[in-house]
Amino acid sequence: MIIDYSQMLHLRDELSLTVVLLLVLLFDLFAPARARRWFQTVACGLVCVHAIGGLFPMEGFTLFGGMYVYTPVMTVVKSILAIGTLLVMMQAGEWLRREDTRIKQGEFYFLTLSTLLGMYFMISAGNFLMFFIGLETASVPMAALVAFDKYRHRSYEAGAKYIVSALFASGLMLYGISLVYGTAGTLYFDDIPALLSGTPLQIMAFVFFFSGLAFKMSLVPFHLWTADVYEGAPTGVAAYLSVVSKGAAAFVLFTILTKVFAPIAAQWQWILYGVTIATITVANLFAIRQRNIKRFFAFSSVSQAGYLLLGVVGGTAAGMTALVYYLAVYVAANLAAFGVIAAIEQRTGKVSIDDYAGLYRTNPRLALTMMLALFSLAGIPPFAGFFSKFFIFMAAAGSGYYVLVLIALLNTVVSLYYYLLVVKAMFITPNDSPITAFRSDGCTRLSLAVCVAGILLLGVVSSVQGGIALVSYGMN
Amino acid sequence: MEYTLIIILLPLAMFLLLGLAGGRLAPRTAGLLGTAAMAAATAAAYTAAWEYFTQPRTGGVFPAVVPFDTVWLRFTQTLHIDLGILLDPISVMMLVVITTVSLMVHIYSFGYMKGERGFQRYYAFLALFSASMLGLVVAPNIFQMYIFWELVGVSSYLLIGFYYTKPAAVAASKKAFIVTRFADLGFLLGILTLSYWTGSFGFDVLCDPQAPAVASAAGRTFLGGSVLAWGLALCFVGGAGKSAMFPLHIWLPDAMEGPTPVSALIHAATMVVAGVFLVARLFPLYAAYAPGVLTGIACVGAFTALYAAAVATVQTDIKRVLAFSTISQIGFMMAGLGVSGMGGHAGTGYVGAMFHLFTHAMFKALLFLCAGAIIHTVHSNEMGAMGGLWRRLPLTHAAFLVACLAIAGIPFFSGFFSKDEILAACFAYSPAMGWFMSGVAALTAFYMFRLYYNIFWGRPAANLAEMHEAPAAMTVPLVILASITCVAGFIPFGEFVSSDGLPYRIVLDGGVAATSVVLALAGIGLATWFYADGRQRIPDGLAAALPRLHRAAANRFYIDNAWLFVTRRIIFDRVSAPLAWFDRHAIDGALDALARGAQGLSFVIRKFQSGNVQEYALVFLLGVLVITALAVFI
Repeated sequence: MIIDYSQMLHLRDELSLTVVLLLVLLFDLFAPARARRWFQTVACGLVCVHAIGGLFPMEGFTLFGGMYVYTPVMTVVKSILAIGTLLVMMQAGEWLRREDTRIKQGEFYFLTLSTLLGMYFMISAGNFLMFFIGLETASVPMAALVAFDKYRHRSYEAGAKYIVSALFASGLMLYGISLVYGTAGTLYFDDIPALLSGTPLQIMAFVFFFSGLAFKMSLVPFHLWTADVYEGAPTGVAAYLSVVSKGAAAFVLFTILTKVFAPIAAQWQWILYGVTIATITVANLFAIRQRNIKRFFAFSSVSQAGYLLLGVVGGTAAGMTALVYYLAVYVAANLAAFGVIAAIEQRTGKVSIDDYAGLYRTNPRLALTMMLALFSLAGIPPFAGFFSKFFIFMAAAGSGYYVLVLIALLNTVVSLYYYLLVVKAMFITPNDSPITAFRSDGCTRLSLAVCVAGILLLGVVSSVQGGIALVSYGMN
Repeated sequence: MEYTLIIILLPLAMFLLLGLAGGRLAPRTAGLLGTAAMAAATAAAYTAAWEYFTQPRTGGVFPAVVPFDTVWLRFTQTLHIDLGILLDPISVMMLVVITTVSLMVHIYSFGYMKGERGFQRYYAFLALFSASMLGLVVAPNIFQMYIFWELVGVSSYLLIGFYYTKPAAVAASKKAFIVTRFADLGFLLGILTLSYWTGSFGFDVLCDPQAPAVASAAGRTFLGGSVLAWGLALCFVGGAGKSAMFPLHIWLPDAMEGPTPVSALIHAATMVVAGVFLVARLFPLYAAYAPGVLTGIACVGAFTALYAAAVATVQTDIKRVLAFSTISQIGFMMAGLGVSGMGGHAGTGYVGAMFHLFTHAMFKALLFLCAGAIIHTVHSNEMGAMGGLWRRLPLTHAAFLVACLAIAGIPFFSGFFSKDEILAACFAYSPAMGWFMSGVAALTAFYMFRLYYNIFWGRPAANLAEMHEAPAAMTVPLVILASITCVAGFIPFGEFVSSDGLPYRIVLDGGVAATSVVLALAGIGLATWFYADGRQRIPDGLAAALPRLHRAAANRFYIDNAWLFVTRRIIFDRVSAPLAWFDRHAIDGALDALARGAQGLSFVIRKFQSGNVQEYALVFLLGVLVITALAVFI
């Protein structure tokens, strides 16, 4: 195969992200001390420009002999991820200006954007090798990010746990991929389906492969690292893990399952069926007991991943639409919640739900933002979360998974209970020493405003869902 | 005509602005902002009406215009909920009515509500109501209509309960909401029935008897009636609730607990005619597929008209008299629709009902606003505290008299023309119906003039000297509405609005007109004889002679008590109490058990979350193996 290097120029999103990445790196190295005060603004501005530039879908195409595949819906997903990253970076400002992290500010941006670049390649991969490189590009800097506060015991412990778990997952996944290669003789996504027949070896290969992505999405029983890592990692990084990393994995799972493993759909649909139920139910059971808000959101995000699977299980275009839409809504809601958590943690160091009691009296805006985020996550109308749940249930029911939808619906009731516990703490529970009133920096407030706008508007402005449906249906 | 969108968006924006930031604005600023927005919306509505009715007719009718339509929720390729604007003769007519009355009420409230606590909140709710009502009438599909229908109900609830510290107001707001909501269940079922069988929410299909989807649905029957007839009957139940038709009228008299301008806007001119509007909107379908339901509507309308008029003759609270009068007049409109046919002369009832809706909105709003001006200075709703007011409130007196003459059906006032159309249609339907409604019309003249004499003539009130005319903000709307009431009858209404859209020339039927005028004069004469001198000898004598009838009428013929019996004794005691017990013990018990189980289970599985990364890897591996085994061997 001859590689035509001019094809590189077609990688619009990846190229522009690489440029941003290098600019950030150069700024970190050469910017004068005075200019460094504007580091966050510069980095966020660059990512913002990148995200806007990537908003417009192109015609689908394939490059490098099938290594790199582009479909219009990927633009939407990449945009969602880029915007999510931007919001995380905006919320990280206060943390990064802290005495011990100030010097590493550039590294944070660089590592975050590196993982994003890895995810871009993972999403657009047309070959398992490409996919794996993308995945690892996203994974390794992630471990560094988790351990970013390395002089804090919890952070480096979380980093160690993450890297060990991730390596283990990658190892199993690579084993699965090698089994695929062993039975099919190729790693190209386009060629594999014709060679799959559903032999036990192939099913085993699939499960091994699946476990790798399930680890990324933190599906039960591959989720055990989640709570420890979220709790130990810096809050911004936990936010990033919970939306961007998870979202990319969910999307890739969908494309690979429907594209590559389509011939054994009968098998994987039942696996997903079980994993979905286990994920939502177990996560809900654990979430009820949590008193630490970060652990609480770790389990909340595990259960949300289960809902994402509902979009995958049918493997239809409606499922794809619902999945991507769910992702967009989830980014807004979860980052709103994590934004509030980060702001409070930076100012007061408090991370227990009990400490949130009486928040409404001292910081009404933060409490309201958190409430909206929780309502959206729980799926209460008219907030965006209701519509995203509605469409994802519709997609699953449309594929005939009525029992699954019923179980998921029952679980939303349970989730409503524990989400409302936090709301109750903030608004009703009396507290003699509530979190004192404070005002967070402009970037954080702006990002929270964007998230709130997303929660309020993504649902009622139906053209969002319609637009996603348009590119998703155009996919096949 | 995309600008029609702002007619709805302006009040909506004002609601958001005043609702969110109203507390920071001075009351005056908030009121001015709300009134200015409403004035702009009114101007836009008038422009739209002008533009719409001056456009060339195609095939003799004004074509429906959809200047804005967007898919909001898409369920399937064919079934989706749209939000949009549909302009056709009746919706444009309603736009004019709603914006006019709403603007008048906005201005009027400036004087009436001055110094009230929550002035900004009041204007925010007014704006919300206006936006919802406008969205209701321009809805291009029945689902949007339902959404705004409920929003109208909510804003009505909020406004009735505006004085939320008054227990009576709170009870009234709850009653209004629950009763109309109960009726709306019928509407929702009707919507689901219609849309299920026709596969569409849009009025482009639902108002076209020839549409293939409708025609194919017409063939299906359920329990002896066609499914369309069932759907339409259920829709009418919703309409009957909003329009306070017997026996769902019980909420409207109580709704008078709200501020008087609100009663003028919501409970006289706009929201209560939503049911009439709904029937008119679906009229082609009623006429083509459900003539039986139309007969039912006519009977319900006629009976309600009589019932409410009878009750109005003995009420002593002036707002309640007006409330029952409203119910009675809506009964006229419903009866007009019920006796109507499709097209040409057969459609007289439709034209009459729409025309009466238009004129009634104006003169009934006027009556309520006059009542507000009176209450403003008398500080009481009771007739006993009034009398001889014409000297102190000359302007209010003149406006009230104009409105009374209009509602009584005296020639050249607007009510005469519109009511005459309805009566003519009733006579054409059957002489019995015609005489019945004429009798009710005579009764109307009687109780309205009873009200008039008791307020403005008769024995002078005790503190008459302290009473004074209302401020200009309140009298200007009275003058405007009175002028409209004087001239609106001469509008060639049939040219614009008719059952099939073709221009219809309203011709006065001499015999009917003479009958109704004679009867109206008789009613007024009787009222003059009874009440003008203020001694009330004859009425008191009649009440003494017929004690049971008088007591029954004063108690609204015990309909409220009947409902209370049904709800308290039957639903609460026999149905709700056992269900509550079942809920508390069986369902809660099961849920508690579930919760305890979940707690216990999460305690057990907590071991998996030990913090040991080696164990995590082990579980991970076991998970992979178990899943593989299950997938391979099952």
